[in-house]
Amino acid sequence: MLSFLRAIGAGFFAFLGATGRLFLFALASLARVLRPPYYLRATLRQVIEIGYFSLPVVGLTALFTGMVLALQSYVGFARFNAESSVATVVVLSMTRELGPVIGGLMVAGRVGAAIAAEIGTMRVTDQIDALSTLSTDPLRYLVLPRLLAGLLTLPFLVLVADVLGVFGGFLVGTYKLGFNPAAYLEQTHQYLEAKDVVLGLVKASVFGFIVTLTGCYQGYHSRGGAQGVGQATTYAVVSASVLILLSDYFLTQAFFTR
Amino acid sequence: MNRDAVAKISVRGLKKSFDRKTVLTGLDIDCAVGESLVIIGGSGTGKSVLVKCILGLLRPEAGSIRIDGVETVGVSAGARERLMHKMGMLFQGGALFDSLKVWENVAFGLTAGRSVEREAAREIALAKLAAVGLGREVGELFPAELSGGMQKRVALARAIAAEPEMIFFDEPTTGLDPIMADVINNLIQKCVRELGATAVSITHDLVSARKIADRIAMLHKGLIIWEGPTAEIDRSGNPFVDQFVNGRAEGPIEMEIRAL
Repeated sequence: MLSFLRAIGAGFFAFLGATGRLFLFALASLARVLRPPYYLRATLRQVIEIGYFSLPVVGLTALFTGMVLALQSYVGFARFNAESSVATVVVLSMTRELGPVIGGLMVAGRVGAAIAAEIGTMRVTDQIDALSTLSTDPLRYLVLPRLLAGLLTLPFLVLVADVLGVFGGFLVGTYKLGFNPAAYLEQTHQYLEAKDVVLGLVKASVFGFIVTLTGCYQGYHSRGGAQGVGQATTYAVVSASVLILLSDYFLTQAFFTR
Repeated sequence: MNRDAVAKISVRGLKKSFDRKTVLTGLDIDCAVGESLVIIGGSGTGKSVLVKCILGLLRPEAGSIRIDGVETVGVSAGARERLMHKMGMLFQGGALFDSLKVWENVAFGLTAGRSVEREAAREIALAKLAAVGLGREVGELFPAELSGGMQKRVALARAIAAEPEMIFFDEPTTGLDPIMADVINNLIQKCVRELGATAVSITHDLVSARKIADRIAMLHKGLIIWEGPTAEIDRSGNPFVDQFVNGRAEGPIEMEIRAL
């Protein structure tokens, strides 16, 4: 019994320790914003890498999510004659919830893994030490541009996801479920508020930060060659996904339940 | 003579451990201005750890590292950055940035570390590449497109690009054929001489050590167990050094070999 409690306690303290280290890493990296030099070229490269190159995967996922959402909600709502709410459900679900979460998770898989692998490889091949010997702060050069790019580009990415998700719902609603296009669009507009979209984009920004932070943190602290880099990549994706879903609950509670 | 007064680098009582493994156990060593010091020793004896402590990449648990007479252990990030301007490092594996072209690698310390304009830095980088025997066309390639010897030469060009006062070489000839190793040794000699820099190299390649060193020190179990002029390495009178220099399996240095 005692050893069981000890194991739980050790696990809990390990979790607290890891959270503290992640927090300090984020703080140390963000503090670099206050003082030059700034690496604009590196930041721009990350904006393109994270934002532009994630467009196909996020867009495609959002499109099909919107389509499935329309189908599923139609089937469910038909049971109590509320089919007309399909458009409202699709647009609110996409903007408030699914756009940011699906976008965040897809970017975690694509970008978080790539960041952890790239920085992890740099760590185990001495490239990060080489940066220091070349009078370049690795947190400023490697981590800060990625954090800023994640923070700034995810909202735009999710905005595209929102539009494509709603469009997917519209396609299914009008071509498969027989809704009148004008009536569907009218329903889409009727109950949508600016707050739904904006707070969804704020969520996206938080998720972008989480994805890039965990990718950078895991890569930066990887050790032990190829196996260590592989482990860092796995941890980056898993921890980003868990943190996205965890923070999504608290953000939803803070934004939408008052 | 007070050695601290003239030493470019002075290390005293340096201790460094990783988890339960103690690597450096109170190491003392000095390197004079303009001197080429080579530290020899078996694998895992702490040679790289010593150099990383001097560079500030690792923080020792105890001891002092003075550069130009100024203590460097525990200095602020800003002071460390200024200190790095005096140093260059050639890593064992080259540690070239594989996402950047060769010339961008060589110019990196100038563009990112010292805010030199890209075009000016490019010209300096191409001149440094020429100094290590590589043409302008190599500058446009990526590190993955180069052979091991060429990568070492690019890494050397990067280490000297900002004309540092101190250069550190970590196993500069490891993994190279004897001819390419000699080319690298010649380049190290030439570059260090032209810059008038202080050089600290770590290696277990005795041919390389004899060629580039003014003075050799041997590291064993976290301590310097012998040091002296290069010419005296063969008559050191130290059984550990004799075993290492002659490459004998039998002797006071016991390799940790686990039975299968």
